[in-house]
Amino acid sequence: MIRARLTPTDAERARLFALHPQLASNVHPRSMFTVALLAALAALAVYALWHLSFSIGRLGTGIGQLLHFVTLMLPPDPGTQLPLYLDALGETLAIAFLGTFAGAALALPFGFLAAKNVIANPAFHVAVRRVLDVLRGIDKLIWALIYVTVVGLGPFAGILAIATASIGELGKLFSEAVEASDRKPVEGIVSTGGSKPQAVRFGMLPEVLPVLASQMLYYFESNARQSTIVGIVGAGGLGLHLAEQIRVLEWQKVSFLILMMLIMVAVIDLISSRLRFAIIGRKAVTA
Amino acid sequence: MAHAVIQLPPDQIAPLARHYDAALAARRRHSLIVAAVILVCIALSCWAGEVRPGVFAANAHRLGQYFWNITPTLRWDSLGADLAEWYWNLDGWLKLLFDTILIAYLGTLIGGIGAFCLCFLASANLVRSPWIRLSVRRLLELFRTVPEIVFALLFVVAFGLGAMPGVLALAIHTMGALGKLFAEVVENIDMRPVEGATATGASWTQTVRLAVLPQVLSNFTSYGLLRFEINVREAAIMGFVGAGGIGQDLVEAIRKFYYSDVSAILLLIIATVVIIDLVTERIRHGLIGMEQGR
Repeated sequence: MIRARLTPTDAERARLFALHPQLASNVHPRSMFTVALLAALAALAVYALWHLSFSIGRLGTGIGQLLHFVTLMLPPDPGTQLPLYLDALGETLAIAFLGTFAGAALALPFGFLAAKNVIANPAFHVAVRRVLDVLRGIDKLIWALIYVTVVGLGPFAGILAIATASIGELGKLFSEAVEASDRKPVEGIVSTGGSKPQAVRFGMLPEVLPVLASQMLYYFESNARQSTIVGIVGAGGLGLHLAEQIRVLEWQKVSFLILMMLIMVAVIDLISSRLRFAIIGRKAVTA
Repeated sequence: MAHAVIQLPPDQIAPLARHYDAALAARRRHSLIVAAVILVCIALSCWAGEVRPGVFAANAHRLGQYFWNITPTLRWDSLGADLAEWYWNLDGWLKLLFDTILIAYLGTLIGGIGAFCLCFLASANLVRSPWIRLSVRRLLELFRTVPEIVFALLFVVAFGLGAMPGVLALAIHTMGALGKLFAEVVENIDMRPVEGATATGASWTQTVRLAVLPQVLSNFTSYGLLRFEINVREAAIMGFVGAGGIGQDLVEAIRKFYYSDVSAILLLIIATVVIIDLVTERIRHGLIGMEQGR
């Protein structure tokens, strides 16, 4: 009975459609747009597949090859190269740590120079920001390649590459932290006759330093990942051996090196997130 | 005097001052220990990283020299000709850049579709079985922890040189990274529509389609676009290991010391990345606006 009452009669239905003609068609204008968009995306994908010369045959043989490699990778085994790889692990850690540290040390002045509330001149802090943008916009692997041609092969090129890109990344974050800091302590110090450097040192630094330290640790985690791969272009660390062993098809060593990278990254993540919690408290990190 | 400073008697001040000094000394000790640990780490890293300050100081001028070398010679009176000489291979580079963007697009699309299929299986609120959920999660973790370029190295050996290994490497990494983000979005949905759908007897796929999807789609798109930005940068370096895109020309220019080419290609990459960032940012803000307008 209730069901019968809820269903409109033919007369009611006709009146409804007369009042709201858009109900008569099943197609909503917005869903038309969605369908067109999806069709365009799919067409672009098909064009891309054709343009980049994908082929089912190549895909099939490649996947077959890949599965074959995976069976050859097991079990991971360093052979007689373990000391060499541990040495490379040390290099990788050194690249990540020194790169981040040097980058952060150099980013600190940039952070203050790029902050609106420290340097009032807009032309100046906009210029500093553009420099940071360029440093950040060039990938670490490209920097590594450039430094390898300048200072030669080895981990030092990796350190310089990580440091250069970190200046751009951390400089931007530092300047944002400085801009977000409370103005009142600075005003307090200026009102008691403190100079500009004193205001920055005692009014701003204590507030922003924990934030800066936690951001630095965060980038240390990310740089640890990057430092494993800068070796691919010859800038030291595990990546150098990885690229070499893939080239000579030593699959057990390849899987061992990848395993080393994964464990190193996991351990660094663990330590650094602990330290970050200790510095600024669990709440602030998760928020 | 309008305001006299209230002075405590000395016998009350003395313990307070002692306490203050002790607290200050403890803080100093703490800072010194932290500084010492950092210094030890730096020393160890310098030793392991083969940092030789003397060699660096002796060669530091070469760094400046390099950047001086890669800046092109542009003169006011022959600006057009100089620019044309600097960008002598503009057509070729633009083609490669186009390839790079297509690699990033396909990688994001394939990886996004993969992540979309896996994310529902990795969400604790939709999948009861911990076996499926945890194994999918571990798989996604493996995909996103191994860097793209390592996948690219492996795939170049398996599939041969060209854009295909680059696309697949980006797709695998994207699947891992987006799968995790997507699963987090799915875990944060409002569960009432899901309960409603289940109560009317909907199957699992119907529940996902009708109760979950409408809630998460705009977030998924937004994350997908963000990933596309990242993938454009990554696609630019895929050529370093022979996996297609502009990286191939860049690596050649750097290795063979074609100085002005280096700066020309770098500027092109930076410009592309900036333009794509701006466009996707607009789209993402539009999406957020749509979400709030509802």
